[in-house]
Amino acid sequence: MRKIEAVIRPEKLPAVKAALEKFGCPGITISDVKGHGRQRGVIQQFRGKEYRIELLPKVKIELVVRNDKKLEEIISAIIENARTGEIGDGKIFIGPIENVIRIRTGERGPEAI
Amino acid sequence: MIKKRIRRLPVWVWLPVTGLILGIVASLLPANVALAADPTGAETLLAEPSSALDYVWILVAAFLVFIMQAGFAMLEAGFCRAKNAVNLMMKNLMDFSIGSIAYFAVGFALMFGASKSGLIGTTGWFLTGEDYDVGRYLLFMFEVVFAATAATIVSGAVAERLKIKAYFIYSILICSVIYPIYGHWVWGGGWLSSLPFGLGHLDFAGSGVVHMVGGLVGLAGAIVLGPRIGKFTKDGKARAIPGHSLTLAALGCFLLWFGWFGFNPGSTLSAYELRMSVIAVNTNMSAAVGACAALIVVWLKTKRLDLGMAMNGAIAGLVAITAPCAWVEGWAAAVIGLIAGIIVVFGVDLFDKLGIDDPVGAVSVHGLNGMWGLLSVGLFADGTYGNYTTALPHVTGLFYGGGWDQFIAQGIGALTCAVWAFGLGFIIFKVMDKLFGIRVSPQEEIEGLDLGEHGARAYPNFPVIEDLPYD
Repeated sequence: MRKIEAVIRPEKLPAVKAALEKFGCPGITISDVKGHGRQRGVIQQFRGKEYRIELLPKVKIELVVRNDKKLEEIISAIIENARTGEIGDGKIFIGPIENVIRIRTGERGPEAI
Repeated sequence: MIKKRIRRLPVWVWLPVTGLILGIVASLLPANVALAADPTGAETLLAEPSSALDYVWILVAAFLVFIMQAGFAMLEAGFCRAKNAVNLMMKNLMDFSIGSIAYFAVGFALMFGASKSGLIGTTGWFLTGEDYDVGRYLLFMFEVVFAATAATIVSGAVAERLKIKAYFIYSILICSVIYPIYGHWVWGGGWLSSLPFGLGHLDFAGSGVVHMVGGLVGLAGAIVLGPRIGKFTKDGKARAIPGHSLTLAALGCFLLWFGWFGFNPGSTLSAYELRMSVIAVNTNMSAAVGACAALIVVWLKTKRLDLGMAMNGAIAGLVAITAPCAWVEGWAAAVIGLIAGIIVVFGVDLFDKLGIDDPVGAVSVHGLNGMWGLLSVGLFADGTYGNYTTALPHVTGLFYGGGWDQFIAQGIGALTCAVWAFGLGFIIFKVMDKLFGIRVSPQEEIEGLDLGEHGARAYPNFPVIEDLPYD
């Protein structure tokens, strides 16, 4: 079992989510986050005065994949739908998952995904 | 023993005590014996049947001016951070409520009572006795919303760091002393209106009486308070502290513009002064051109079409036309608005450079343009309207062959207003600061006044982000 954490642009969420649904990914967690990578933030203006926002709003998608074979396809789907080519497209993190438990039934392991 | 007990009393006890003393004194003052008072309204209508239209017009105009309270509230809330929204709403709600009481008790009498040597009014306390009259109550209704407008201007300049109890005390003082006494000098038959220059100092709807007074008391407050945490860098450069809702601010701007159509045309104080149509158009022209001018100037400076500045520009135009609105032609109103829009953009910059933190631009909009409005009467008045009336003599400014006389009268009034408003404002804020400290603690300021002063959030179940970190 592997966990995918993808930090993407907020406006790309509908496209990414739709693509993930095609894989039949049953569960997904979405959070509003702030952050930056190598980009220096953006400059905005209020009543004639400029200010820099270093922490930009992003969306984090978290999902746990049961079948490692599908992993690369899912990653490609995310990248394809989240990429604009500009700085700030985001990042995907992959990590192992020790265990998964379904709260309602108490099932454990890959069946709980 | 008693002396010690009295000294131990908290400051706020003196407020009801003062009120009680004033009430007893008021009831002992001799009543004004001029005309018979008519609280019922029957005699007044019988004597002057056409006055009914006046009553309707003036009251409707007063109600329009009332909505400007919502205008200021929304504008300030939008330009400030969400964590202070409750505090801003409370200041705007309470300066009207407290101000109404103060103006009812003593302010109106000081402003429009029988004049003592042209310095203060002396009759009409608590609107009883001879002042319990439909005509006096009509005037009061119109004038109280003006007093409250002056009061609420300050809440923007002192936003996000002033203790609420200091604001309550200030509200009492501006509506019972600062505003009415100056107002008496200009509108209550006082010495400024009788200056031997031109037709005396003229201020049709209150660029000086309302806006310059409010703007300069606000300046005093902002100076005594000091800038917000994080407003200026260590080298004194001003930082932007973005407001939390430009939509609220825009709503406020529209409400103000709308309310101003009561503020200016209503100041004819008569339904039969048809000049009110000219006044209304002038009001609109100045606002419209002010908005455009400010937008163009800020675009030239920053290459961005800045909404906040455009709104400040519209209101600046409104402030500037408030004094001359009855005495100038439409194109002149546009020019006055144009200059107002330019002044406000540079004014905001100026106060930043001076290290004075004015969160919403109140001093630039109301203080600076209030002064510009007063002076513009002496320039653009074109001799087609008289001393708050159609009757001759008419007001003529420099550009219409009236010479410098009217301008001098305007200048004297503007100077007096500056000294009076800023001086008294500075004193009251400084005294309060010495007595109990008017600025909230740094911890509370960073957390937001809503929690510290009111124990409540404005947006308890609505996501709020803060963009700007402090360093």
